[in-house]
Amino acid sequence: MSAMRIPKPLRNPSLVIGGLIILTLVFLAVFAPLLATHGVDQPDMRNRFSLPSEVHWLGTDNLGRDLWSRLIFGARISLSIGIISVTVAALIGTSVGLAAGYFGGWVDMLLMRITDVFLGFPAVVLTLAIVAVLGPGIVNISAAIIAVTWTEYARVVRATTLVLREQNYVQAAKALGASWPRILFMEILPNTLGPIIVLASLGLGTAVIIESALSFLGFGLPPPTPTWGWTLSYGTRFIRDEPWLSIIAGATIMVTVLGFNLLGDGLRDILDPRQLTRAK
Amino acid sequence: MLAYVIRRLLLLIPMAVGMIVVTFGLLLLVPGDPAAVLLGPEASPEMIANLRRTLGLDDPWYVRLGAYFWQLLHGDLGRSIFQSAPVSEIIGGRIGATIELAVVALLLATLIGVTLGVLAAVRQGSLIDTVTMLLAQLGVSMPVYWLGLLLMLGFAVQLNWLPAIGRGAPMLDAIVAALSGRPQVLWDSILHILLPALALAANSAAIISRLVRTSMLEVLREDFVRTAYAKGLRRPRVVVRHALRNALLPVLSVIGLRFGALLGGAVLVEMIFAWPGLGQLTFSAVSQRDLPLIQGIVLTFALIFALVNLVVDLLYALVDPRVRLG
Repeated sequence: MSAMRIPKPLRNPSLVIGGLIILTLVFLAVFAPLLATHGVDQPDMRNRFSLPSEVHWLGTDNLGRDLWSRLIFGARISLSIGIISVTVAALIGTSVGLAAGYFGGWVDMLLMRITDVFLGFPAVVLTLAIVAVLGPGIVNISAAIIAVTWTEYARVVRATTLVLREQNYVQAAKALGASWPRILFMEILPNTLGPIIVLASLGLGTAVIIESALSFLGFGLPPPTPTWGWTLSYGTRFIRDEPWLSIIAGATIMVTVLGFNLLGDGLRDILDPRQLTRAK
Repeated sequence: MLAYVIRRLLLLIPMAVGMIVVTFGLLLLVPGDPAAVLLGPEASPEMIANLRRTLGLDDPWYVRLGAYFWQLLHGDLGRSIFQSAPVSEIIGGRIGATIELAVVALLLATLIGVTLGVLAAVRQGSLIDTVTMLLAQLGVSMPVYWLGLLLMLGFAVQLNWLPAIGRGAPMLDAIVAALSGRPQVLWDSILHILLPALALAANSAAIISRLVRTSMLEVLREDFVRTAYAKGLRRPRVVVRHALRNALLPVLSVIGLRFGALLGGAVLVEMIFAWPGLGQLTFSAVSQRDLPLIQGIVLTFALIFALVNLVVDLLYALVDPRVRLG
């Protein structure tokens, strides 16, 4: 009888811990209406700033609103913006990277100069400027995040494509008369998916940070939408006497970003073993 | 080396042109009539017409883009809508505070990151390594504004060791004052900058420490390190004089890139610590939708970042000849 073997991915602590954090978060966000113990905007003035208790698992805010309920509904907003922005940024960045890497020459030069230009703007400053002109809203905030994050995908996919286009199987496909769309999408793209998945996981963390930063500064979704950044921001008004509100909102953001970062690191270890060997 | 410097300088031109086009493009993103949107619902038709004239909105976009380039070539970033002053003047009054904060944060990040990275690599697999890498993981994941709040809560509100908000005398002035026998001015400036710089530095310190650890582990396995040990050199000397010098090369370019992140992070940190720099200015410009000022700030941030990267690339080429020959 062979001994029980733990599958290789499950032996990676980053992947397991990060995966568990994110699975829990997704579960809470999806089932928020069922898991919320109180209404998101239901005030309870007799229980303002209460600490965690049986009734209010994570305490309450300045209006006595239940923090647990507000944070799990806030997860829906952060995850929605994260998923929208990462999907579109990955699509744009991958297309640019594939085209630049495969066609080379002036196409590569032009696309990479454009990428360099966007990389040259500090992310928070450019997102703030874009949200200032477009106005708040899930689509506009996502658009601002996309503008500062697609460049990572473009650079990584281009580098991978440059290597892949010289591989024998790609040369063979060319020799057999395969068209360039077929080579790009059927031969090269599937082999760039590993790095793209890693970047997407890390990108979700970045999107959560940027979205909450915008909300923190007051340029996110308008109140009473229970965004994490806004909860943290108005908590700062009472930070001297009631620091709990800001601490728990900030910790929620940090644990979420930590989850995505650990997941990204774990996926990188599995999808790119060379990186693991180098790091060890 | 001269050819490399010229090549690198020439590359800066298309980059700057691209940045100007993107910055100009912000105005094109405004939905509807930009003048009406920027002035808000209470603006009179005359005010809107005036702003349309000032921003040149009646001309086609390519004419405006040409005019924008021409204006920038003369060092004119336009006029603020709400402060009725030249944008360059407004930015000029704030830029020093932000650069000071970012430079001190970069120094702190490098010092903390390199120290922790070396410690973790030298003691690979030990408790120090685990704790350091755990701290690094937390540092990468922690929102800068939250860390700023926690530091303020702990060191300013609870312990009352450091000032919670504001800025002392500009650091250069404070150093001059200290040299002329008034050290308390410099001390006051250091106390004021410590918390915001630490909050800003944490994320970069975490990234640098991870990179230094990986780089050091690779270098420590090299033959020349083994040779140094075989010669009978002591470990601290081998680590610092032989291994670290080589391990720091790839870190140098990342430190340059981190400067951009620090400038962005400064917007948030300045808001928390009431640091009177470009970050606070960005906040008020964005709150008022003062587009010429926003454009000026975005462009300034981007150009500083491009120049810092140019300097880092040149330094890199100076210490590693493979870069300029490649």
